[in-house]
Amino acid sequence: MNNEPKKPAEKVIEIENLHVAFGDNEVLKGVDLSLYRGENLVVLGRSGTGKSVLIKVLVGLLKPDTGRVVVLGQDVVASDTTELDKLRLKVGFSFQNSALYDSMTVRENLEFPLVRNVRNLSRAEINRAVEEALDDVGLKQAINQVPSELSGGQRKRIGIARTLMLKPEIMLYDEPTAGLDPITCTDINNLINDVQERRGASAIIITHDLTCAKEVGDRVAMLFDGQFQREGTFDEVFATDDKRVQQFYHYNFTE
Amino acid sequence: MSPPSPTTPRPVLTPRLDKMLVALYEVTRFVGRFFREVLLPPYEGREIIRQCYEVGVRSLPLISLTGFITGIVFTNQSRPSLAQFGATSWLPSLVSIALVRAIGPLVTALIAAGRVGSNIGAELSSMRVTEQIDAMEVSATKPFKFLVSTRVLATTFMIPVLTMYAISVGLLGAFLNVNSNEATSFRSFISEVFNTITFLDIFSSLAKSVVFGFTIGMVGCYQGYNSSKGTEGVGKAANAAVVTSMFLVFIEELFSLQIVSAIRSF
Ligand SMILES: Nc1ncnc2c1ncn2[C@@H]1O[C@H](COP(=O)(O)OP(=O)(O)OP(=O)(O)O)[C@@H](O)[C@H]1O
Ligand SMILES: [Mg+2]
Repeated sequence: MNNEPKKPAEKVIEIENLHVAFGDNEVLKGVDLSLYRGENLVVLGRSGTGKSVLIKVLVGLLKPDTGRVVVLGQDVVASDTTELDKLRLKVGFSFQNSALYDSMTVRENLEFPLVRNVRNLSRAEINRAVEEALDDVGLKQAINQVPSELSGGQRKRIGIARTLMLKPEIMLYDEPTAGLDPITCTDINNLINDVQERRGASAIIITHDLTCAKEVGDRVAMLFDGQFQREGTFDEVFATDDKRVQQFYHYNFTE
Repeated sequence: MSPPSPTTPRPVLTPRLDKMLVALYEVTRFVGRFFREVLLPPYEGREIIRQCYEVGVRSLPLISLTGFITGIVFTNQSRPSLAQFGATSWLPSLVSIALVRAIGPLVTALIAAGRVGSNIGAELSSMRVTEQIDAMEVSATKPFKFLVSTRVLATTFMIPVLTMYAISVGLLGAFLNVNSNEATSFRSFISEVFNTITFLDIFSSLAKSVVFGFTIGMVGCYQGYNSSKGTEGVGKAANAAVVTSMFLVFIEELFSLQIVSAIRSF
């Protein structure tokens, strides 16, 4: 029974030879990357290397110049709006700057994706989902506040909570711990791991925070000059003499 | 229906003319998208009502004041010319024609362009800049429908309502002025007014303000929804919304003048 070969993990995201340029500014120059089901993949890279651009391409916010992008078996580039919207229900996107809806309270922010996508929910069901998501990020008390009354870190957590409302299969976190204190960082790391374990979700986590990378990442990929140049477990990626890679490490971990 | 190809058209004419044609094409597509999406469910009833309330409440004080004062001033300034012919009894009909045919719709549209148009432009633009529209997009919540369709419907519906209100307030101002100068009674003022104004006057005034309302909502939304990134984009969008919609309102006013005189001469 046990000697069956292990089934290769299913790819939920497949990117091949992706090129994105803005005018003369070539940002991604032939990116290849796969995300496997149930995996947390950490993406590292210097500011401005196109990490945010990469995940925006995955949800169809930006159109690539060339390249193949397949998410959950669906070709993103060839999809029309209706097909994209269907896919987007299964992919959670947490924005780098939170992107909370300023004119709505925290409760309304969280409800918004739910009530607009799932018909015939009762008030009680909606309330339960909202409270559950707020509980996940430890901000139950903020439910009736508006975004302008929240701190940057709180906004970030509400943004993540909003993304979790639709229980996505794939989560894309854009710098989830940036600007947070160490204790909240730990909470967020635990949340990311929790989402992976409880829901079996796969995730791409963009971060500059190597503690976060170490805590949540099953695999780490490093973006340099528009391509993924190092990939592997955390320890594998940093076992190199490459100066650029070492600088990343030392800034985070040297006393 | 497939999404538009990402490649921008190759320069055909001069770059400047090209840019204008591209802009024209973009606007046409935006307006087309409005008509396509507004007919599909969900109909966003709640949000439309909220926007109608916003449009109405936001401009009401200013329109009340402007309408009322315009009524008084216009009546007062017209009096000397009529007095030369001993025809001050014509004041009510003169003023009501001016208010219904021209001043009411125009003043309302200009005020709404300033108050509502700039507000829509700034609001949508800041949502664009802070990626709130993108956030709606990636959660499959159809931001165009929720943000644009509702606002355009609200201005298209509310500006005619506000126009009728502005005309009424203007007539009130005119009445107070003739009442204190010529001691005209309210009853004779009203009957003068309704003897003068025809169905065509009211109808064309309403039709015109529907067009004005649509223009103001559409221009504000277009400027805001497509605004450039960065905070200076917000100011630019608000500004462009006002300038462009005022310009278009005047052009439309000229057109409607031609059309209505053509109908009258029938
Ligand atoms: N919509 C856009 N229009 C033009 N250029 C853009 C656009 N979005 C991103 N860029 C450019 O793409 C490059 C990469 O941007 P991106 O936001 O992906 O960086 P990043 O890797 O996420 O950096 P950070 O770590 O600071 O968030 C930048 O040079 C930026 O100027
Ligand atoms: Mg980024």
